[in-house]
Amino acid sequence: MSLAMSDLTLALPELFLAGAAMLLLMLGVFRKEDSARVVLVLALLVLTVTLVLAYGVTPKTGRATSFGGLFLVDDFTRFAKVLVLVATAFTLAISRTWMEKEEIARFEYPVLVLFATLGMLMMISANDLMALYLGLETQSLALYVMAAYHRDNARSTESGLKYFVLGALASGLLLYGASLVYGFVGATNFETIAKALASHHAPQGLIIGLAFLVAGLAFKVAAVPFHMWTPDVYEGAPTPVTAFFAIGPKIAAFALLVRVLTGPFGPMVEAWQQLVVFLAAASMIVGAFAAIGQTNIKRLMAYSSIGHAGYALVGLAVGNREGISGLLLYLAIYLAMNLGTFGIILAMRVKGRAVEGISDLAGLARTSPMMALMLAVFMFSMAGIPPLAGFFGKLYVFLAAVNAGHIILALIGVLSSAVAAYYYLRIVKVMYFDEPAEALDRPIGPTLAVVLAGSLVFIVFFFLVPSPLVGGAEHAASVLFH
Amino acid sequence: MDALLHEYFPILIFLGIAVAISVIAVAASWIVASQHPDREKDSPYECGFEAFGDARGKFDVRFYLVSILFIIFDLEVAFLFPWAVSLGKIGLFGFWSMMLFLGVLTIGFIYEWRKGALEWE
Amino acid sequence: MIIQGLVFYLFAALAIAGGVLVISAKNPVHSVLWLIVVFFNAAGLFLLQGAEFLAMVLVVVYVGAVAVLFLFVVMMLDINFVQLRQGFLHYLPSGALVGIVLLVELAVVLVGWAVSGEAPKSLAAPAPELAKMTNTEALGHILYTQYLYLFQASGVVLLIAMIGSILLTLRHRPGTRHQNISRQVDRHPKDTLEIRKVPSGGGI
Repeated sequence: MSLAMSDLTLALPELFLAGAAMLLLMLGVFRKEDSARVVLVLALLVLTVTLVLAYGVTPKTGRATSFGGLFLVDDFTRFAKVLVLVATAFTLAISRTWMEKEEIARFEYPVLVLFATLGMLMMISANDLMALYLGLETQSLALYVMAAYHRDNARSTESGLKYFVLGALASGLLLYGASLVYGFVGATNFETIAKALASHHAPQGLIIGLAFLVAGLAFKVAAVPFHMWTPDVYEGAPTPVTAFFAIGPKIAAFALLVRVLTGPFGPMVEAWQQLVVFLAAASMIVGAFAAIGQTNIKRLMAYSSIGHAGYALVGLAVGNREGISGLLLYLAIYLAMNLGTFGIILAMRVKGRAVEGISDLAGLARTSPMMALMLAVFMFSMAGIPPLAGFFGKLYVFLAAVNAGHIILALIGVLSSAVAAYYYLRIVKVMYFDEPAEALDRPIGPTLAVVLAGSLVFIVFFFLVPSPLVGGAEHAASVLFH
Repeated sequence: MDALLHEYFPILIFLGIAVAISVIAVAASWIVASQHPDREKDSPYECGFEAFGDARGKFDVRFYLVSILFIIFDLEVAFLFPWAVSLGKIGLFGFWSMMLFLGVLTIGFIYEWRKGALEWE
Repeated sequence: MIIQGLVFYLFAALAIAGGVLVISAKNPVHSVLWLIVVFFNAAGLFLLQGAEFLAMVLVVVYVGAVAVLFLFVVMMLDINFVQLRQGFLHYLPSGALVGIVLLVELAVVLVGWAVSGEAPKSLAAPAPELAKMTNTEALGHILYTQYLYLFQASGVVLLIAMIGSILLTLRHRPGTRHQNISRQVDRHPKDTLEIRKVPSGGGI
């Protein structure tokens, strides 16, 4: 067997990313001074080129596989890859100042980000259980190291260790499930599995296999009850790493979950729908209630991300075109909201020291009104107040749920967003009505300012021109149900 | 299948003999020798002194680094066996496939060399 | 055939007994040694299934490298064994519950198991007859060509593992004296050595 050239062009973004990451590793290790900054800037360039490639690689027939059916490219993967690359590029860009101020800037960090991104792209394009697992491991291994990146900090190493141990357990569950599926079908290819499941009644063992598979993936999207690691890891990891964790890997894991459940397990929709409904409802409820008592803003964002995973899962629980397009739109809006919020968290420094308590934001409206205003907009958007983007994200998934008859799920969603609004608005209250704490350091730096302004514009003016994103999400979802 | 297991039959016999001999040796010394253990006899011998401290000392973390790098290259070598056996059939494509794999790991090797991970100090 | 069955039960029983001893041994170093026993028996079980290559790799990689790593890690950590075991009984009920749930699930899988009718046909790479081709050769035929993507991806995973372990554990001690061989060889007598005539009766 030999590869036709078309095979390689489909995987061009991944090949470029892998090659560039290794080149940057070599550059960093051979360059004596300022390697951290040079490698980071070049890594941003690499991510941009990869983004162009990922957007540009379009199979003629709309859907094509490569490497003997292991690797798949269609409009769904393109949409998800663009989201992931945008997320990683921006989170990498805003990490620089923070890392330099904490004196932990090293060239390995951007390289690990590139490898983690490579893993995410591989997850999104996986068309086989083995490719799925290897993509997931490529991503996870880089993420474990990134969580413990600040190795002289006990909290950071603890978060890395916890993430690693629980992540390995999740991988084990996933592999166990995958082996049961393989035992039934005799193949790991997604199309073959779908065909076998469509023509045969699935035995009980296979449903257990599916449950294990979903459990392993639910761990990666941090859905309740597989969310235990999230608060500790998000709190302990260095803040730029937390920002990275909260966006890119989550989008990739969602794309993978959607692909696995609608693709190979599409014929078993009744079996997995109950699981996803449970995951969605539990995540929304836990995300809303557990966040109330938090005093650390990174921990709060962890619970917030669990809640958002729940809202996005509502779209998957619906399981039709409308639901999936709602989910994709939700992820895109989630990206902008989290990017903005983490931008503010990264700017939270008092006298050169990073702070992360909610009380440190007290009176921000008086000490730096612009930052307070931006954070207030992000919080309103997260709470789902119209006409901000966050409202539309929720609107689309809940509408899809109601249209498909999942009234109770939509109701739980609306009620839990009302509860969640409490803690989002509490931050606004702390900023505007509490006595000022020590002022945060200024200026925040040009990169951060640009990213913050960008997310602000997106969130505020999304409702004026929603059609490109909504249309893109609808189109991407439609290719899953052909 | 049976042919394969037949090849391993001598190893099974060997294992059986090894287990038998070691059991006999331990059991015989236990039965034949006279034993009057006391506290002093059982305590670890440190040149006639009382033991100074716990026998368990901490290992340096560098041992960990060495052994994990060893595992990685051990796995790399494990991939070489099937490749070497089937190289005649998989041709040039298989050859370059392995070269690419080795290239990726060589990049890692250069990285660790430059970082000084192979030096003991 | 009878021998094969007997050996299977021997290996299986020893593997399970070893597994129990791994978690119940008082000394973690003994736990690692029992783990090696488990690896060997698992290798034996692989061999009985005809998976010769996997059996050998298990011995080479797991016994030869992973067990050594575990030993280092156990010795590296300054663990108070008594304290470590205090939580054992406390966690036993919840641990046992998880174990029982898994056992029940396994039973359900075994009882309600079926294989899709097309399974034999849909095998992507059916294992060839052992008489025609050894296990190792059969793996080699597909691993580097048909599964090129997975093969290279595992290379990348190994590379990340390398970067990660160095990034997290490598520390340079300040003030250690290195032997710099090229500098030693470069040294020239005239840079360091001065020959003077010493007149008798007078010093330098």
